[in-house]
Amino acid sequence: MATLNDYLLVSGLLFTIGFAGVLLRRNIIIIFMALELMLNAANLSLVGFSRFHVRAGLPDYNAQVLVFFIITVAAAEVAVGLAVIVALFRAKQTTHIEDLNSLKF
Amino acid sequence: MLFFGVMVIVNRSPVSSALSLVVCFLGLAALYISLDAFFLGVIQILVYAGAVMVLFLFIIMLLDLKAEQRRKFNLIPMFGGVVVIVLFVKVLLDVCYGFQGGNAVFPALHSDGHGDTWEVGMALFQQYKLPLQMIGALVVVATVGAVLLSKRELK
Amino acid sequence: MNPAPWIILFAPLLAAAVIAIATQPLKKLSSYLSVAAVAVSFFFSLLVFGSSDQDVSFNWIDLGSFQIRIGYMIDSFSKTMLFIVSGVGLVIHVYSLGYMHDDRGRSRYFAGLSLFMFSMLGIVLANNFIMMFVFWELVGVSSYILIGHWFDRPSAADAANKALIVNRIGDFGFMLGILMVWSASGTVMFDELSSKWTTLGLSAGYTTIAALLIFCGAVGKSAQFPLHVWLPDAMEGPTPVSALIHAATMVAAGVYMLARVFFLFSGSAGALTVVLWIGLITSLLAALMATQQDDIKRILAYSTLSQLGLMVSAIGLGVPVAALFHLFTHAFFKALLFLGAGSVIHSLHNEQNIWQMGGLQKKMPITFWTFLIATLALAGCPPLAGFWSKDGIVAAAFEHNPASALVISVINFFTAFYMTRLFLVAFLGPARSEGANHAHESPPVMTVPLVLLAIPSLIAGLPLVSHLFFSEVESSEPSIPAIAVSLAVFLGGTLAGFALYRGKNSDPLDIPLFENRFYIDQFYAGLVKWTQDSLAGIAAFVDRWIIDGGLVRGLGGTTWGFGFALRFLQIGNLQAYAFLFGFGVVLLLYLILFAS
Repeated sequence: MATLNDYLLVSGLLFTIGFAGVLLRRNIIIIFMALELMLNAANLSLVGFSRFHVRAGLPDYNAQVLVFFIITVAAAEVAVGLAVIVALFRAKQTTHIEDLNSLKF
Repeated sequence: MLFFGVMVIVNRSPVSSALSLVVCFLGLAALYISLDAFFLGVIQILVYAGAVMVLFLFIIMLLDLKAEQRRKFNLIPMFGGVVVIVLFVKVLLDVCYGFQGGNAVFPALHSDGHGDTWEVGMALFQQYKLPLQMIGALVVVATVGAVLLSKRELK
Repeated sequence: MNPAPWIILFAPLLAAAVIAIATQPLKKLSSYLSVAAVAVSFFFSLLVFGSSDQDVSFNWIDLGSFQIRIGYMIDSFSKTMLFIVSGVGLVIHVYSLGYMHDDRGRSRYFAGLSLFMFSMLGIVLANNFIMMFVFWELVGVSSYILIGHWFDRPSAADAANKALIVNRIGDFGFMLGILMVWSASGTVMFDELSSKWTTLGLSAGYTTIAALLIFCGAVGKSAQFPLHVWLPDAMEGPTPVSALIHAATMVAAGVYMLARVFFLFSGSAGALTVVLWIGLITSLLAALMATQQDDIKRILAYSTLSQLGLMVSAIGLGVPVAALFHLFTHAFFKALLFLGAGSVIHSLHNEQNIWQMGGLQKKMPITFWTFLIATLALAGCPPLAGFWSKDGIVAAAFEHNPASALVISVINFFTAFYMTRLFLVAFLGPARSEGANHAHESPPVMTVPLVLLAIPSLIAGLPLVSHLFFSEVESSEPSIPAIAVSLAVFLGGTLAGFALYRGKNSDPLDIPLFENRFYIDQFYAGLVKWTQDSLAGIAAFVDRWIIDGGLVRGLGGTTWGFGFALRFLQIGNLQAYAFLFGFGVVLLLYLILFAS
């Protein structure tokens, strides 16, 4: 039987993979995808806790509602983010992250 | 699923990365279902794998991204990144194995026949009415923003 | 309270003060004032001579448990010294009236001379260490003033500096010694110390070190090796100054002090051995150096060094009375030698090289004969004064330390040798220069003192006379071997001198080692230079690397480094931001979960 710890471990590893992707890849699209991975990792751990925390024979649906919201927000974020990337690409003709460095003091 | 997660970040071609991500999401959905969260599993496939990843692939095609060339290795930033990752994994492991409560088996479920979707819906529309409306507004705003941002200059 | 000692002490001070403040422009008056003061001191010294022993003091600084007393001690030692100091001093003052007749700085000179008399008499009369030390330093200052009398001559100014500095080094040891004695016994009064010192139960090491440190003062003041270098250079001062200070009195102060506090040494065989051998080394080196000098005053200066060494070695042999006896006789004939040399120099118009003199027998008869008497006295010809006092030391050496007797005999041989050389070359033979040709006898104001000093040189050694002054002079049967040896070396040295230097016009011997004074001066100069260079090097290093590099550039560099590091927070590289973010998160997690 899988225990909660196993699910949490998997979630953590997934998060780490996503974080590694953010740090180590240079193409902004890939970085974005890695960002999505991180969000999903969070979702997984939430669902795990929802299943674990049982009230009156039912899983705790608060967590599942939260996951629902996260999915929605992530979708919206992807939409807007990709729009931004498209605008950037039209301006700078590159997706290489080191060339996108105007956001500084 | 983890394997495909790694493939996401390792692949050089963006398309391959995106496809690996799709498979990863599918795996994730399977996990949700194994946790008795049926509604969420389906939502995951529908929204994420169906909409978000399609959007990603559209953009990749739009921008016509090629496979990334091999760039020269920047050792120091890479090293810094690896260090942080390693530390993170260490903390993670410590947390997980330190969490005594997590070693218990999942308690049994005793459904009263409504099913998972009904329950989620009830929670959503009763307890979380306001956040639901806000999410709606958020989606509208995102749509408007996306349209605006990707407009071309009017000639 | 007997006023006489106070008058003796303060008369010269009064004269010095008056001259310094009031009568500087009136040169004649100043000089007479000074002479009068010394005459007064001498008169009262004679009066005191007949009185009984006393020891009087009163509090000068009284802070309860801490007292410094000032006072005087009249006993056989101090009576004798008073006689010598004020007597020879008076003679030299009179002589100076003639010698310094044309000097523009006469008032300054006589003020200095009076100050010196005050200081020296203070040392003689002192009955405690503190008072003696104060006057000790005063004597050093007076000597500085007098050596540098012709201060516009760079060599004179340098010589005065050298004297003061070398003296200071000795005085430093002296002060440490006084402090050791004071802290161990709680008192500085000589009479209390002499009874207390041996009963205090101090370790042998402590007494030896204290005694040796006090000896340092004598090493400096009496120009013993290795602090002897100032004495020959001190001949830059006027000749009467050389006579008074560096022949008869100041340099003798060291020996006097050693005799006074001999009780500090008598218990420590180690200290006595050191004293003995330093005295012998000084004496031997100086005698050797004297055999090759060409300046008449320098020869006499080295002779003084040599005799002082003998006196100090007498202390080391444990016979302070013999040392003082030699001091007594030496004062007279050495002063006579210097004054005679001054007479020659004066009449030859400041010529000091003996090879430019000669043929003075007919032209300067009084100077000639008195100088001859003094030479014989110094060389140890019986029955003149020097023979008796030197014999006393040789006898003591035979008795206590035969090896030293050998060295002393060698020294006496050389003494006779170089004095004969000096006399032959300077006075006899043909006149070797224009100046010598036109020499004439000095005025009476200068020749009378010569005669006055010649008398004691003749008779002061005879037992009749010496018993007046030294009631403890060995009156046991004279030791025959000692007398025989003394006679032998006297004759041998004189004959050797005759053989080598009779009728010569230039020096047949040439020994650079002696002539260059064993290169000791060069060694010291090198040592000082090395020390200064090292210190300067260290200071430069500290300044350049530690202060400049470490502190100044370090501070700047640290700030710059911080700025450089902090810049990375703002570069605009997204991944860098992410990295920092992740790092921060990891840190936070760690801290919250594990470290609290």
